[in-house]
Amino acid sequence: MSITIYVPRDSTALALGANEVAAAIVAEAAKRGQEITLVRNGSRGMFWLEPLVEVATAAGRVGYGPVEPEDVAGLFDADFMAGGQHPLALGLVDEIPYLKKQERLTFARVGITDPVSLDDYLAHEGYQGLQKALAMQSADIVQEVLDSGLRGRGGAAFPTGIKWKTVLGAQSAQKYIVCNADEGDSGTFSDRMIMEDDPFVLIEGMTIAALAVGATRGYIYVRSEYPHAIAALDQAIVTANSCNYLGENILGSGRAFHLEVRKGAGAYICGEETALLESLEGKRGVVRAKPPLPAIEGLFGKPTVINNVISLASVPIILARGAAFYKNYGMGRSLGTLPMQLAGNIRHGGLVEKAFGVTLRELLFDFGGGTASGKPIRAVQVGGPLGPYLPASLFDTKLDYEAFAAVGGMLGHGGIVVFDDSVDMAKQARYAMEFCAVESCGKCTPCRIGSTRGVEVIDKIVAGADTRSQQIHLLRDLCDTMVNGSLCAMGSMTPLPVLSALDHFPEDFTGGALDKAA
Amino acid sequence: MQIEPSSQISKAVPSEPRVDLDQVKSIIQKYQALPGAMLPVLHAIQDALGYVPSSAVPLIAEQLNLSRAEVHGVISFYHHFRQQPAGRHVVQLCRAEACQAVGADALAAHAKAALGCDFHGTSSDGQFTLEPVYCLGQCACGPSMLIDDDLHARVSSDKFNRLVRAKRGVA
Repeated sequence: MSITIYVPRDSTALALGANEVAAAIVAEAAKRGQEITLVRNGSRGMFWLEPLVEVATAAGRVGYGPVEPEDVAGLFDADFMAGGQHPLALGLVDEIPYLKKQERLTFARVGITDPVSLDDYLAHEGYQGLQKALAMQSADIVQEVLDSGLRGRGGAAFPTGIKWKTVLGAQSAQKYIVCNADEGDSGTFSDRMIMEDDPFVLIEGMTIAALAVGATRGYIYVRSEYPHAIAALDQAIVTANSCNYLGENILGSGRAFHLEVRKGAGAYICGEETALLESLEGKRGVVRAKPPLPAIEGLFGKPTVINNVISLASVPIILARGAAFYKNYGMGRSLGTLPMQLAGNIRHGGLVEKAFGVTLRELLFDFGGGTASGKPIRAVQVGGPLGPYLPASLFDTKLDYEAFAAVGGMLGHGGIVVFDDSVDMAKQARYAMEFCAVESCGKCTPCRIGSTRGVEVIDKIVAGADTRSQQIHLLRDLCDTMVNGSLCAMGSMTPLPVLSALDHFPEDFTGGALDKAA
Repeated sequence: MQIEPSSQISKAVPSEPRVDLDQVKSIIQKYQALPGAMLPVLHAIQDALGYVPSSAVPLIAEQLNLSRAEVHGVISFYHHFRQQPAGRHVVQLCRAEACQAVGADALAAHAKAALGCDFHGTSSDGQFTLEPVYCLGQCACGPSMLIDDDLHARVSSDKFNRLVRAKRGVA
């Protein structure tokens, strides 16, 4: 009897040798005359276990990992196809505490299914949201999303339903759905995982958005650094078109939606929604002044819904199970779940989808297991390169948009980057300015010039000139100008990591001599 | 002033490889009808030739009904597009925070020393171009790098040497 074996095709698994492991399994099975069905599933998001090989048994899927090609013969010897014991054995994968403690709504299928198999998608609740949406009026779909409390998961946290309502109300012969898949923030990979490991859920979410606002054309703008995501999306779109889940006449409804992937070209600023629209139009990715909002004048001047990958991928389950089901998760005004990403110097790095309200400490220690280096955690950057560095005294903050804002933080896209006590925070502050200088679109002066000037000033502070206290004053002044004078978040938020490093870790800027210098 | 022998001149200024402009034209024609065709056109040219040659700029401008300055402005804005050919292999090292937290800076220093070039430079044998990249989405398993199309995570100096040797064809 053929046994089903799963080896992930997620790019982190590939970067850790999953293709070599898959090839070794196929070769070893052939050598032993054993019939297997190899499925290239997505990743469960427990990256310290990748490549994680799973075997379908009567009791459920059992896991082995991390598997190297050299381990494969031994796994066969240990009869892993019947769930046999082996030093790499992990037992039932669903029972691994890291996974079991999560609340996976948006990521319900990720790691379980074959990402490019429409049949597998349909067998796991796929397209039930679209079926519901096809039987609804546009305004009712928008209302369902409004009622769910879904806020943009890209970082700005604006209510998704309100955005959609504006586009629905706009009068135009042509409207667009644009997916912002320019996931440029360090420490974030949840968009990448959705696109690589469950592309149909994004396609379904965009199709529902199209029905909700009356759009007939959509684009997914994916960064060029994500070739595996682009390939998976392209393949899934071809399948969806050929099976009438996309195209001229979706499931015989008479409604049309055409979807296309567009590849970015290595510019961080194109994650800013108006710069992204410029880039899609074929121009330099320069930020637009708002208003007009993209909902009124977006892509090619037409009303446009522009949402992040996770926002759109959260829509199918909201439609399938209802707004009340979704909003039952979370706290305060942060409803539903947030797929968080544990990254950097962390023992158990990976994806954790939980309802809002979990504390940073629970994520760092209960899930993450502390640092990979075994040293104490000194600083954590939440929310990407524009997020502040948080010291240990703030680890009990609950993950909730308002609670984070109250301590000067931001949740952003849910990326959590961990640093141990070897980190030099003055160097991190300098890097934040340097990054802004490299990636600024150049349209506004505070960001373009301020970031370059910021690098110079931090260099002077660190060099220990006797004007140090004056330079620190200058740096704060410069940051104030950037915060208040920049056109978009790039310039106005770069001061967050810089000032948080200075405020929480002043000793790194002065070699402990701050008091004397000041 | 003495005139340098021509052999030395040709060494100092490598001539731009001959570009098949008919090929460029057919690429442009394939994509020009797309709304916002510029990026798809540039990607297709770079995928085919390895870079976007200056001789392609007037052709793109003409076909897309733009000025040459606009086309040049787009090419030079995006980090992905190169205006000169790269080495035989392109090595992209992640320099972003998550990778920094696990030794990306040390790996970058090692890579520069091992290849004998800085970021944006090419090793003297023309084999490797070294580029910085800001996030490959492998943030849970850094430091990460890309050699040509192959992703690698948890890259140590030893692993770097091994991967580079393998690309050179030395086991």
